[in-house]
Amino acid sequence: MRNIYLKILALTITVVGIDLVTNAMDKTYYLTQLTMSLYYAMVVLALVLLMGYAGQISLGHAGFFAIGGYTTAVMSTINLLPYKDKPLINTLDKLRLLVLREDLYGDQILSFNPWVGVLLSLLIVAIVAYIIGIPVLKLKGHYLAMATLGFGIIVYRIVLGTALFGEADGISDVPAFKILPGLSINGEMDTKRMNYYIAAFFVVVLVYLLLNLINSRPGRALRAIHGAEEAAEASGIDTAKYKLKAFVISAVITALAGALLTHFNGGIGPSEASVMKSVRYVAIVAAGGMTSVWGGLSMAMILNFLSLRGYFGSYDDAVFGAVLILIMLFAPEGLLSLKIRTGIKKKTKQPHNI
Amino acid sequence: MAEPLLKVEGLSKSFGGLEAVKDVSFEVPRGSIKALIGPNGAGKTTLFNLISGNIRPDRGTVLFDGKEIQKLKTHRIASCGIARTFQHIQLFAGMTVLENVMVGLHTHLHAGFFSAMMRLPSSRKEEKKAKEEAMSILESLDIAELAYKEATSLAYGQQRIVELARALAQRPKLLLLDEPAAGLNIRETAEMGRLIERIRESGITVFIVEHDMSLVMKISDEIMVLSYGEKIAEGRPLEIQKDPEVIKVYLGEEEV
Ligand SMILES: Nc1ncnc2c1ncn2[C@@H]1O[C@H](COP(=O)(O)OP(=O)(O)OP(=O)(O)O)[C@@H](O)[C@H]1O
Ligand SMILES: [Mg+2]
Repeated sequence: MRNIYLKILALTITVVGIDLVTNAMDKTYYLTQLTMSLYYAMVVLALVLLMGYAGQISLGHAGFFAIGGYTTAVMSTINLLPYKDKPLINTLDKLRLLVLREDLYGDQILSFNPWVGVLLSLLIVAIVAYIIGIPVLKLKGHYLAMATLGFGIIVYRIVLGTALFGEADGISDVPAFKILPGLSINGEMDTKRMNYYIAAFFVVVLVYLLLNLINSRPGRALRAIHGAEEAAEASGIDTAKYKLKAFVISAVITALAGALLTHFNGGIGPSEASVMKSVRYVAIVAAGGMTSVWGGLSMAMILNFLSLRGYFGSYDDAVFGAVLILIMLFAPEGLLSLKIRTGIKKKTKQPHNI
Repeated sequence: MAEPLLKVEGLSKSFGGLEAVKDVSFEVPRGSIKALIGPNGAGKTTLFNLISGNIRPDRGTVLFDGKEIQKLKTHRIASCGIARTFQHIQLFAGMTVLENVMVGLHTHLHAGFFSAMMRLPSSRKEEKKAKEEAMSILESLDIAELAYKEATSLAYGQQRIVELARALAQRPKLLLLDEPAAGLNIRETAEMGRLIERIRESGITVFIVEHDMSLVMKISDEIMVLSYGEKIAEGRPLEIQKDPEVIKVYLGEEEV
């Protein structure tokens, strides 16, 4: 399967092409929304893994996204300066887990290095997804949808009602995430292009990992569960284990997107945890054809970009709701697959003698 | 006498008030083809489900290769060496014939999420070998040209063979076939019969549910008859044909 590298090359060229075009057109301000769209695309890709490959729906992914974002936001904005002399804080400082910086008003603030927050957010989400995944993934279809929806609502309510999470205001003044010297995730004007490429890098890597997974033992196991669960189990696949792994991996990817976008935006608000966000992700995955990495990615980029540029106005959420309904009614295999599918059918029509 | 490959004792299963399988005991000798027959609703598929672990028994034991398996999870039972096909064909939608068969190899492969996603050399090597093995199974069943077709888009008879190929990929000791000739025409049924005999010759023990009596009489070493969940007869094909109890059940069915 050498052509996997060709696909990745084509994707990389597209990424660079978009940057060059926006530059040539003098519309570099688009890069901000494109970067955000790329992080949201990670969530969509994570859902392609869970829904498209393994056939398990989640209406709670905004919850994982928010846990990721809020964890790193809290960790990197909490001020530990008053406790500097406490032994615990002292030790953390000595371990270089803390950084001293100036906040928006020029006051000194001692908080965790964003690396700590980002990694902790992944760890927390992995644990949360594991714990809720065990009982919830025993459910199927509507029941699974409702259970994950319930999880999403709980996260939303907690975020909205907790002072630590800034209640309705969310958390702002989240500092830059310095990944490597010279490489930093932040929303400043002069690092726009770098940030676009950082986000694109994460997406390209994720696409590569997912494409590798499709044609492999675990990838086939997930698709077999999707295709016929009883037969998958009888073929020796531990379906419960595979579903749980897919769920946890999907949740962790989503948390990473949430954490990175929070550093890019410099903050996070409760709307990221809202149920409508979860519906939006599912609508995009459906529009992209459920099982398609490419369909999901392109739909995520197009729809999120349009939404973030404000094209849908005050109907923003309604648009995604409508997309979901229309797709389910008229193109259950997704917008992109509609034409391609009918084309293929004509060519390879099979005689049915059932 | 060698110990039987499968030894079932006192197996029972009720669905609500309905006793689908009642205190059934029997053995399947190694290397044999054993058939399970009985009228519709007799509990044949339920008995298969109890052996393969798709359904849990209320009572009784299933000894496979000398080991109690009735409490094991379904996928564990599969990796002990029991493979099956389904009365209602269960192929994996959205996957090619080759991929369907490669799923059958699952327990013999090792790649996990990490090595697969990272495309480690070990997983690539394994993948290549798996493809070759799946392909050779398709070749041995004469359906290699279907390898890259979507499995669920095939004709019915071909789907049955693909399901068989997937089960064989598990390299089972015992193969459970639930009505493998259902929906097949006479020519296809004869082919299926020869295929099953070839499978037995390769060393796999076969336990088969089948309504086609001429096929059953031709290929099986032993036949067991189930009626209303109870075993009413067991023996060689000629004995079963003459068994008054069996004749009564089958004639009774025809009168209805
Ligand atoms: N999951 C289930 N829940 C409730 N009743 C069931 C279930 N599975 C089977 N039954 C009932 O158990 C009885 C035996 O069914 P089973 O499918 O085992 O019969 P069978 O011998 O395979 O019949 P056929 O020849 O039609 O395939 C039937 O009355 C059936 O309705
Ligand atoms: Mg049956």
